[in-house]
Amino acid sequence: MGFEIDYLALAPELVIVVTMIVVLALDLTLRRDNKYWTATTAVAGTALALIPLGILAINGEVVSMFDGSYVVDEFALVLKGLFLVSGYIVFLMSHHYIESDRYYQGEYYFLLLASILGSLVMASSRDLIVLFIGLELVTGPLFLLAGWRKGDAKSNEASMKYFILGVLSTAILLYGMSLIFGLTGEVQFTAIAEATADMSTEPALIVAILFMIVGFGFKISAVPFHFWAPDTYEGAPTPITAYLSVNSKAAGFVAMLIVMYMALPGASDIWAPALWLLAALSMTIGNLSALRQTNIVRLLAYSSIAQAGFMLVPFAAAAVSGADLEQAFGATLIYLVIYAVMNLGAFAVVIAGARKTGTGEIAGWAGLAKVDSIMGVLTAVFFFSLAGIPPLAGWFAKFEMFRSVMIADPATIALAVIAAINAVIAFYYYAKVIKAVWLDDPTGEFTDEAEAEPAGSLKLALAVAVALTIAIGIYPSIAAFVRDAAQVLATGG
Amino acid sequence: MEWFETWGLTVTVFLPVLGALLLGFIKKDNEDALKRTALAITVLAFIASTVVVANFDFGGGTYNTYQFEVNETWIGAINANYHVGIDGISLPLLVLSTFVMVLAVIYSWNHWEEPKNPKAFLILMLILATGMNGTFVALDLVLFFIFFEIVLLPMYFMIGIWGDKSLRQVPGFSKPFETRLYASIKFFLFTLFGSAFMLLGFLALYFESGNLGDERTFDITQLTELGASGAFAGWSVAGWVFAAMFLGFAVKVPMFPLHTWLPDAHTAAPTVGSVLLAAILLKLGSYGFIRISLPILPEEAQVWAPWIAILAVIGIIYGSLACLAQTDMKRLIAFSSVGHMGFVMLGIATLTDIGINAAVIGMVAHGLITGLLFFLAGSMSHRYHTREMARLGGNIKLMPVIGGILAFTAMASLGLPGLAGFWGEFMSLVAAYNPLEGLSLGVFRTGMVLGAIGTVLTAGYMLWMLQRVNLGEPNPEWEGHDFHDADKFELTAWVPLIILIVVIGFYPKVIFDTTTDAVTSMVDMVFGGDSTTASISTTVKGG
Repeated sequence: MGFEIDYLALAPELVIVVTMIVVLALDLTLRRDNKYWTATTAVAGTALALIPLGILAINGEVVSMFDGSYVVDEFALVLKGLFLVSGYIVFLMSHHYIESDRYYQGEYYFLLLASILGSLVMASSRDLIVLFIGLELVTGPLFLLAGWRKGDAKSNEASMKYFILGVLSTAILLYGMSLIFGLTGEVQFTAIAEATADMSTEPALIVAILFMIVGFGFKISAVPFHFWAPDTYEGAPTPITAYLSVNSKAAGFVAMLIVMYMALPGASDIWAPALWLLAALSMTIGNLSALRQTNIVRLLAYSSIAQAGFMLVPFAAAAVSGADLEQAFGATLIYLVIYAVMNLGAFAVVIAGARKTGTGEIAGWAGLAKVDSIMGVLTAVFFFSLAGIPPLAGWFAKFEMFRSVMIADPATIALAVIAAINAVIAFYYYAKVIKAVWLDDPTGEFTDEAEAEPAGSLKLALAVAVALTIAIGIYPSIAAFVRDAAQVLATGG
Repeated sequence: MEWFETWGLTVTVFLPVLGALLLGFIKKDNEDALKRTALAITVLAFIASTVVVANFDFGGGTYNTYQFEVNETWIGAINANYHVGIDGISLPLLVLSTFVMVLAVIYSWNHWEEPKNPKAFLILMLILATGMNGTFVALDLVLFFIFFEIVLLPMYFMIGIWGDKSLRQVPGFSKPFETRLYASIKFFLFTLFGSAFMLLGFLALYFESGNLGDERTFDITQLTELGASGAFAGWSVAGWVFAAMFLGFAVKVPMFPLHTWLPDAHTAAPTVGSVLLAAILLKLGSYGFIRISLPILPEEAQVWAPWIAILAVIGIIYGSLACLAQTDMKRLIAFSSVGHMGFVMLGIATLTDIGINAAVIGMVAHGLITGLLFFLAGSMSHRYHTREMARLGGNIKLMPVIGGILAFTAMASLGLPGLAGFWGEFMSLVAAYNPLEGLSLGVFRTGMVLGAIGTVLTAGYMLWMLQRVNLGEPNPEWEGHDFHDADKFELTAWVPLIILIVVIGFYPKVIFDTTTDAVTSMVDMVFGGDSTTASISTTVKGG
């Protein structure tokens, strides 16, 4: 204990920090034509960070640092793996996209690496302060990145909205946390859990928890705190949108769940109904709004709101009915991992497709499969997977979600039925994209220039995502190990 | 052959999807290679299924024992296994599936509907084959669910891409839709709605099996054992679980009032799509009732049986009346499926061995007959470019061979004794006279009478269709057209069906010999025996 530092346990974070510095230094020294080296460095650094992660995973040792505020256990490692791999895929998606804009490449990668670093810190945090720092490090750089396309009014709007609401939510979150500290005098989760064990009727605690849920709600864009998401998603550069909808959402999600799960298990009477409501509203409103979208990115924005609702279902259901939270945590983690893979794939398809069709309007994609059948197949794979159609990975996520709500309790059964109906509604709008691509006749012209071909790095991103989507779908055991990670938390990290 | 004893079913199931992968590597414009490969794959799958038949031990054994069984861990974390096996009930359906698939490939040889693209069409057909074959052999609920759902994707694309392109006004929308778009999404949403609830039902069974002592399980054989021993009898939500699974299966069958996707999908689908839908996809639902609902929740089955019977009879009457109102030949055939599947469900609802035997032979017969009818309807509309019966007429003069086969198939469909369609209808009515002890005689005997009226109506609309399409003088608008009669690909696809319809009609023992042991021992096992058990053999020999 004490302040001894285990450098191996911190190695993934350190590698990312070094990569950030190298990227900045390269950006200063390289000529404009050679700037792509910053991208290569970022990609290589992210991949390199996976090596110590693998070693730590094989060691399987739980490392606790800074008086237990920073813990590297199986749970943290699984999440770090998720953040690094999805960050890696986002880099692959960014490469060509950013290069064609020709400005500030170095800063772009620096900021994105900083955000990834934040998510790595967040995964290990076991007290409110580290968690807060990690979480803000995730979102801070994204305020800038969302406005990257400076000439575009929409991108400016995206950044502005995200910034204002993001700061507001941060303030609310922090206020909630400070109340907790005021009540208990503790910042560490386990200590808070002990102190709040029999405090569930304390008004200040209720206020604190509700404030925190509102704050987290903004971060994961759960209904009714979702208004910024569609505009920001549409305006931001598409790789950043992908990152927002996967990494940053996952970070907020995990932060919320570990706070509730580890720090406030005794107060589940307060937060369980709130989460139940968030889940039901997010699924329903997200899906119903998605039905009316004509722009593919906005559609994915609402879809990701609805998916967040699905992800909340296991946890909310278990908490409301007083069932085993560990099971629910496992289901949510599996959902997160699978969602990350297929949603990144979907965004990669959007980038490639927008290049080919020159538009993000779904109508403009009509008949795409007729000119490019591989794009057609990829669209079908990712969108059907998001809809949860077997044998693609999405089915197992939905399956695990349904499995965890099968608790004989009226509130959970109601949630299960809401989820089942929503699964059908969701299918309709995912199918809308597939219908345009496969069933409709082409209305416009497609670019057939060589430039419209997806870049090699994007192809690699698509290949990784499609391989994982199909492999997990056919043999879900590959993803099921994630569930074990949730048990680590239960036994006390 | 020891290798085949273990992996025979796996080969039958997965060969088609491997074939689909293989087709992916063949160039799009090399049509011959594509067709030959697809044909070779489907023939191999069919051969594999016949080898299964050849090595099948018809001596029986009791229900819930399967042959060619494989049980390997699949998703260890939730105790879901790759468990496949076959018994007398699923064997005829598996063979039907692989067999019709071969014919479908042969038929499509020179029948590509717009926008052609044989490569994509054949790939979808092969994926479909894997889903269908898999459903019939799956012995694990999760595996069953996966296969049950896999068929949706290819069928959605088949209807959506190659389907009917005429415009159609949909209530609630100002702009007219192309029929194919409307039908494909409707088909998908209905089925998905049902299967979402079916999955909830499966999960409930899984958890309850854990509460009953042992490990939680999705295994159909273990759940059947539990169900047959009455372990689920006192379970408070058993009724809901049965209802949830009912939704999933009933949409697929389809049962009234969940049938409305069927006429749209069948009519809009390209010919081969309609054939596969009618011949095999509908059977996935009724098979689910026999394999999962009845044995696992027998008490609930007895509670629900009268309601199922009522819905089945409504389906019979409603389907027949709807047929009488059709002007479109293909839509008429589609609606006739509602009626025929009504007989199948009536048979199942009696919960007797005669009834379930009737259901299985009814499924096989309906697959052969209605499959053939859709082939014929497709070929005719290919030539006339219309399916309006008012414009057809005198078909038998213009195309004697197609007209003759149509007359024959219509006779088979209306249940003419001596042809395959007779047994399913006749025996399910017989079974309805004497349902499982404890079921309301009033409901079932009324059902029998109404069902009998349904057979008359069936004969009515089939003969009416024949009269309008086949008889009379050809419509003057066809004067000067030189219609070519059935070509060799069409005949190659149809003649085997005709032969089987006659063979099963005259000698239904080929089916009953496979099914009776399994069905009888199932009824014995889960419904505690039944007074009609002994009479099955006399009924069969009597025919």
